[in-house]
Amino acid sequence: MEEQVLNTAINEDEPYLINMGPQHPSTHGVLRLVVSLKGETVKNVVPHIGYIHRGIEKMCESLTYPQIIHLTDRMDYLSAHINNEAVCLNVEKALEIEIPERVKVIRTIMAELTRIQSHQLFWASYGMDLGGQTCYFYGLRDREKVLDIFEETTGGRMIVSYSCPGGLMYDIHPNFQKRVNDFIKYFRSILWEYDAILTGNVIFRERTIGIGKLSLEDAVSYGVTGPSGRASGFSCDIRKHDPYSAYDRVKFNEVLFTEGDTYHRYLARIEEMKESMNIIEQLIDNIPEGPYTVKMKPVLKLPEGEYFQKVETARGELDVFIVSDGNKYPFRMKFRSPNFVNLGVLNHISKEFKIADLVAIAGSLDFVIPDIDR
Amino acid sequence: MGIKGMKYEEFKDNESLELLRKSGANVFLTTIDDVINWGRKSSLWPLTFATSCCGIEMMATGAPRHDFARFGMEVYRASPRQADVIVVAGTIVKKMAPVLKRLYDQMSEPKYIVAMGACAVSGGPFAELSYSVVNGVDLILPVDVYIPGCPPRPEALLYGMLQLQRKIETENIKSRRKRSAEHTTK
Repeated sequence: MEEQVLNTAINEDEPYLINMGPQHPSTHGVLRLVVSLKGETVKNVVPHIGYIHRGIEKMCESLTYPQIIHLTDRMDYLSAHINNEAVCLNVEKALEIEIPERVKVIRTIMAELTRIQSHQLFWASYGMDLGGQTCYFYGLRDREKVLDIFEETTGGRMIVSYSCPGGLMYDIHPNFQKRVNDFIKYFRSILWEYDAILTGNVIFRERTIGIGKLSLEDAVSYGVTGPSGRASGFSCDIRKHDPYSAYDRVKFNEVLFTEGDTYHRYLARIEEMKESMNIIEQLIDNIPEGPYTVKMKPVLKLPEGEYFQKVETARGELDVFIVSDGNKYPFRMKFRSPNFVNLGVLNHISKEFKIADLVAIAGSLDFVIPDIDR
Repeated sequence: MGIKGMKYEEFKDNESLELLRKSGANVFLTTIDDVINWGRKSSLWPLTFATSCCGIEMMATGAPRHDFARFGMEVYRASPRQADVIVVAGTIVKKMAPVLKRLYDQMSEPKYIVAMGACAVSGGPFAELSYSVVNGVDLILPVDVYIPGCPPRPEALLYGMLQLQRKIETENIKSRRKRSAEHTTK
């Protein structure tokens, strides 16, 4: 395969093959794209994955359920808390444990904070991909404020491992509510800068509007979820359609666009940050009192059977499927990661665009490569 | 006194470092070495190389709060030919190992490797159970500084990079040549 790619003869009629990656700054990790070009026009994109395949699913088969939580952090590290939550919810569902209200609310707040910091990083790196270094500084400046909140409560900045089967690892920090409120106030007052720097920028708009269009039919048939799918009008928000934790008691709008181009995938994430702030605001001031965890057995054994749970991460639908044979280890554990499925559509939407647009399109799908490979 | 015999605490101590430099260097070349080392340590350009979570912390280190640029490391280079140091940020799996090795070979001397995070140091959480993870980047490349943590905080990365600068300060032409001869791939 390698030889075939590298030794391509330069012929007028044959497409010119180039390698993007595995070490390439705009693939956001170690994704390798083999791009067929005709002049500067992209004819075909073949993603090669596996450069960060660690075999997490196989590892899960020899780990207990509380241990698995810590591996899920390292799949989609920008949605670390939401990944934890997915496994916890699944295990709790299997064991039929009633979770305290306090836990549900705190999990939801943490998940939305996670979503905000993930989209902030998207904004920062997307701006940088398209040549705007300033975005990087502005985005990460605000992201540090969310990480401070995480650090105070969970002890981790990004890899939080905060949920565990039956509740939370520890209670929230006494400052938590105040800091979250301060952050929301601060971020609301500063969000106009994001629009001023990037959204309204002429160069940015020229490079994104109308680029990489994904129709609703294709979004559905390729299974593109998350903000990328919703930008095409695919109503796929799990928080809305299949609410878990405390999402059934909050009011928020599902961000939907119909255009489905790169610009609207970007816009969907900006709008989602606002929605996330709405959700947090509804919950933060009335976190119910009560225990932060329920007493669990020291060794968790799931009854024999198959268990399924889906959650909405910052990038789309994450499904966790457990097959248990009644042991303390899962018999089989399967993650349906949103990035892997979203990657499938890259070839389809980047055909007939220029090679420079490929960077914009791939960036707008917001890949986290360790989540693709697992 | 050689660098191998130094205790961990002594790296924090400027006097011991001074002693190390004086004892290892040729009298006539000391001043030239000083100038060269000062130049090298003050503009260490890292390669934009990140495989997983540690990469995000590396980005955070470059961001305004922690500001890598204070120590002369602001420019992340996308091409290995322009970079001085690879910060191996994240897990290296068997499929990636030859690529990383190639990146290292493409770099021009002097070149350094910093293993950032548990995965690059020893395989980390994947060391025992995973079938595809390389248990430590030191199995394929000569590592200068190890930074533990999963992922390490930006402060830890900064400290690690400062340790690398200190290591560079103690170099002289002889040791540099010896090191590069040891690690050049045939």
